[in-house]
Amino acid sequence: MSRSDPPPRVPATEDSFGWQRLALMARPRATKANALAALLAILLGFAVATQVRQNQVLGLGSLRQVELVTILDNATLLSARLDQNARELQATRDELISGSSSGAAALTVAQERLDTLRILAGTTSAHGPGIRMTINDPQAKVTAPLLLDAIEELRDAGAEAIQVGDVRVVASSYFDQAGSEVEIDGTKVTEPYVISAIGNAQTLSSAMEIPGGLSENVRLKLGASITITQATDLTVGALHTLSEPRYARPIPSPAPAAIP
Amino acid sequence: MIPALGLLVGLAVGLFLHPAVPLALQPYLPIAVIAALDAVFGGVRAVLDGIFNDKVFVVSFLSNVVVAAFIVFLGDQLGVGSQLSTGVVVVLGIRIFSNVASIRRHLFRA
Repeated sequence: MSRSDPPPRVPATEDSFGWQRLALMARPRATKANALAALLAILLGFAVATQVRQNQVLGLGSLRQVELVTILDNATLLSARLDQNARELQATRDELISGSSSGAAALTVAQERLDTLRILAGTTSAHGPGIRMTINDPQAKVTAPLLLDAIEELRDAGAEAIQVGDVRVVASSYFDQAGSEVEIDGTKVTEPYVISAIGNAQTLSSAMEIPGGLSENVRLKLGASITITQATDLTVGALHTLSEPRYARPIPSPAPAAIP
Repeated sequence: MIPALGLLVGLAVGLFLHPAVPLALQPYLPIAVIAALDAVFGGVRAVLDGIFNDKVFVVSFLSNVVVAAFIVFLGDQLGVGSQLSTGVVVVLGIRIFSNVASIRRHLFRA
């Protein structure tokens, strides 16, 4: 029966017929059946109130076994999924931590290497124990080969940074004889020659004083004087200026330990 | 009138005493309540149809409750308790709706 098509109005007497019947029936009557119906109604109301309250109070307790098993299954599944998730995240975190620490370690190694190379290349000042050697040569008999010999002796004895006068001596340094004077890397060094070398001071000075070595040569053959002093903290401050290699090109090393 | 008052009294008693439902009855009480509601609406409809009978009402009320509870009990024994109680609720709900529709037509002519 559609609501948009209401049935035609019926006379008022019939319209109120239903209500009249209801009112007639609702009249209090002292019959056995009515009392029974009232009793049933009380029971129904009691049951409704009880059930509503029960439903509000109880959570899992009112559920059936099957439903409980389903809930338990769901919870177990969810927990397993979360466990999996947590494991993955933990692995990622460990990876990130070890990655950053190994990055820092690589940086430290690279920095150490950089320092070593800069000292070797003479582009940075260096300090440490070593010897200072002064050659007084008033007769100008000291030659470039002799100085070169002295440098080689120092290197043999483990000198790590060497300076002659104001010139830093590095792997590419050359010694040249210009008349009575000596040039190193195109810079004149003048008498007295002061040579500073960083290394084991004891070893260096022994190497210089060895019989038949540099000191003896200088004193006996050239008649010059030489003084050697050991120092616990010596500074080699002269710098060597690097020039871009014109021909040599580096071959990239497989390990990307970067040298900036 | 008296049964309507009885319903209110029952509700009040239930609300104030808030008794605990015995564990064995817990699955059956909601179904029984729905069945009883169906019987009540059926009774009102019968009044409006002019065929109301006290005895029929009482018997149908009790039998509705008992049968509904029994069906759920049977379902529980067979392992389909929740599905069967859903089915019972659906059937009783449809009956309640059709009864209410009939009552409405009687009272409001619509």
